[in-house]
Amino acid sequence: MNEEILTMHNISKNYGGVHALKSVDFSIKKGEVHCLVGENGSGKSTLIKIISGVVRPEKGAEIIINHQRENYLTPIKSIQKGIQVIYQDLSVFPNLTVGENIFVNYYTKGGIQWVDWKNIKNVARETIKKVKVNLDFNETVGLLSIADRQLVAICRAIATNAQLIIMDEPTSSLARHEIDALFSVIQQLRSAGITVLFVSHKLDEVMEISERVTVLRDGSKVGLFKRTEIDDKKLSYLMTGKEFVQKKLSEKVENRKALLEVKNLSKKNEYKDINFKLHQGEILGIAGMIGSGRTELAFSLFGMNPPNYGQILLEGKQVHFKSNESAIEAGIGYVPEDRIEQGLIMEQTIKNNTTVTIFEKLLNHLKMIDQKKQQSTVQHWINTLSIRTSSIENPVKTLSGGNQQKIVLSKWLATNPKILILDSPTVGVDIAAKNSLYQIMRELSQRNIGIILISDEVPEILYNCHYILLMRKGRIVETFQPEEVTEKELNDKIIGDGQDE
Amino acid sequence: MSKMFKKFEFFLFLVIVALIVFFAFSTENFFTWENLLDLLISYSFLGIMAAGMLVVLISGGIDLSFTAIATVAQYIMAITIIDYSGNLFSAFLVAGIIGIVLGGTNAFLIYYLKAPAMIITIATLNLFYGFTIFITRGKWIYNFPDWFNQSHNVFSFTAADGTYYGIPLPVILLVLVFILTYIILNYTMLGRKIFAMGGNIEAARRAGFNILGLTIFVYSYIGFLSGIGSVGQVLILHSVQPNAIVGRELEVIAATVLGGASLAGGAGSVLGTAMGVALLAIVWNGLIIMGVSSYWHKLIIGLIIICSVGINAYNRKRKA
Repeated sequence: MNEEILTMHNISKNYGGVHALKSVDFSIKKGEVHCLVGENGSGKSTLIKIISGVVRPEKGAEIIINHQRENYLTPIKSIQKGIQVIYQDLSVFPNLTVGENIFVNYYTKGGIQWVDWKNIKNVARETIKKVKVNLDFNETVGLLSIADRQLVAICRAIATNAQLIIMDEPTSSLARHEIDALFSVIQQLRSAGITVLFVSHKLDEVMEISERVTVLRDGSKVGLFKRTEIDDKKLSYLMTGKEFVQKKLSEKVENRKALLEVKNLSKKNEYKDINFKLHQGEILGIAGMIGSGRTELAFSLFGMNPPNYGQILLEGKQVHFKSNESAIEAGIGYVPEDRIEQGLIMEQTIKNNTTVTIFEKLLNHLKMIDQKKQQSTVQHWINTLSIRTSSIENPVKTLSGGNQQKIVLSKWLATNPKILILDSPTVGVDIAAKNSLYQIMRELSQRNIGIILISDEVPEILYNCHYILLMRKGRIVETFQPEEVTEKELNDKIIGDGQDE
Repeated sequence: MSKMFKKFEFFLFLVIVALIVFFAFSTENFFTWENLLDLLISYSFLGIMAAGMLVVLISGGIDLSFTAIATVAQYIMAITIIDYSGNLFSAFLVAGIIGIVLGGTNAFLIYYLKAPAMIITIATLNLFYGFTIFITRGKWIYNFPDWFNQSHNVFSFTAADGTYYGIPLPVILLVLVFILTYIILNYTMLGRKIFAMGGNIEAARRAGFNILGLTIFVYSYIGFLSGIGSVGQVLILHSVQPNAIVGRELEVIAATVLGGASLAGGAGSVLGTAMGVALLAIVWNGLIIMGVSSYWHKLIIGLIIICSVGINAYNRKRKA
């Protein structure tokens, strides 16, 4: 069990003048679950790309796979050596069946080759059996959930006899019970002798699944640790080099003026009997899993999903939003769960993304956008939220996840909102940026903006809210103050003892 | 396959049957052997091009230049056999090669310029067509050798009672093209890779597929089919005209989309395409026989396409 499947020495990579990796040593033992952690820009993805052969390391590197020495790998060589990467976007073919997706790596042979559908079925069936998952190989992959698509991607890797499976941020769009299912599949792979390299920045998951952890920071290796040697706090310190103290919010906000009041709000098949009040400067947490009705409720408050029944009162006056346009006018901003699809126009500049909500306010007397005014507005938000970028003319996609999220935030702050709805605002954002987003939330709360924070991350809800609503199956099942619960208790409450399934 | 049949293609089949019944009872001449055979012959070229379009659409691309490719192929084929003689095989060979070369040109431009296929092929449509018109000055060509004009039917014989039987070559070509396309798409790894590429090109690249090779194949294939199909067209019309084919691009795309192919790539079937072409042909022909003013034809075809695309989208949404 102590044999090393992959050993890498002196791995460096420079992009222009930037050192993405600085003489990193890295090794994985056969059959272990190894975690690679680090913030965005720590060199994680460069290291994966070197292992998968997409990127070539600088001279002097040494890679040993199963006792064979190489200076670098090519994609084909890496696959031949039994290395398979499961990318974050899964790389499945939505239009093909589960069976064909599992088989697809066999299509790469050249020349005219006939397709043997029986063989595809056999390979798919055997692989599904081997991984012990529940998939119908005749189903079209596009109709599956993200979690099931991930299982398809895992089966595909297994079908080509992978020895080492690299999973790049595999849990980023999964609900908790799906993560549990994924983890049991990983355990299954482990007992079949397959090595798993799990790349993540979610500390709780790393602590749960790994046997050993390699930590990268700023392109250098911080160290290699056994799980038993570390805990969440130490890992967070190792990754960022900073300590973050999390303190629960304890101010009382019930006596302040109510900004928003929701009475008996219901929408068929989505949520039922929702009642709550949001006060000035309050951060109200809605804790719930994907599928609990949390996003549907948020859409209703933002005018994009009219409820069937109930009332929404804004500063005491009843409102009926016909669209999000009227919600924005009334002073509501919404930071969506999916910033790439819904929050930003990825190809457009930082400047345009930041001001897209307020173009009308930037018009000069010729009804053209006042460039100077636009520049200064954008600069103001970049300074206020300390967004790191070389130029506001760069497309948003060039920013890291945390800075992208700050752009989404600033475009809503620019509208001068009374209420901000933040739907899972820190998904895919690293620890340092997360903490800076939390800091911004507290500052907004000081400025009397009411915030609704929707999330399933326990510490996020627990340490950043004045009051917590627990949502499950479309209903608010419990409400409490943060000091009434511990992390463990809140975690159990959110998962709901498996009642979600 | 049976699952698919329950869905869209079966629905299309029912519509076609309903239309045939409707036209059979409302007109005298529609449901006759002569009319149906005529219909098959005159739509064979459209069907052949639609098979090529199907492959391009499945791969996630689009081609608007194939009508120009067909026109170029027709002219060069005609000039070759008139000036240098030859036989039917050489006619098809010349047209097929021209189609492959021009289609391959499209593929290289699309792959290396990384520009949308629609823009590139609109450009090459004008390029190929403009060049042909410039060289030929738009002249019609009639004076084909006798052996060529007599090749319209194969397996022809005259029965004892004096009735002449024969299977028109364009129809045989159509059937062969459909069978070939069906086999490529469903029973070769090449075909499955084309489906995969249309479903997720980035994943296809990561799986190690040769994207350039696949792109060259799909655009050369529609070029090849347009080329040989255009020879069939000349066999029917006995002439080459500069404006007989260009302008029918959208009809071909309509038939293919009507048959369930997706403009977003990754979906479509030969059976569906065949029915899409059939539906278009039947409606067109039926309306003419019924004496409906030709102004209405396009309007009705447009409505059919909207309904079909709508039903397809609804099915997909319901399944998701």
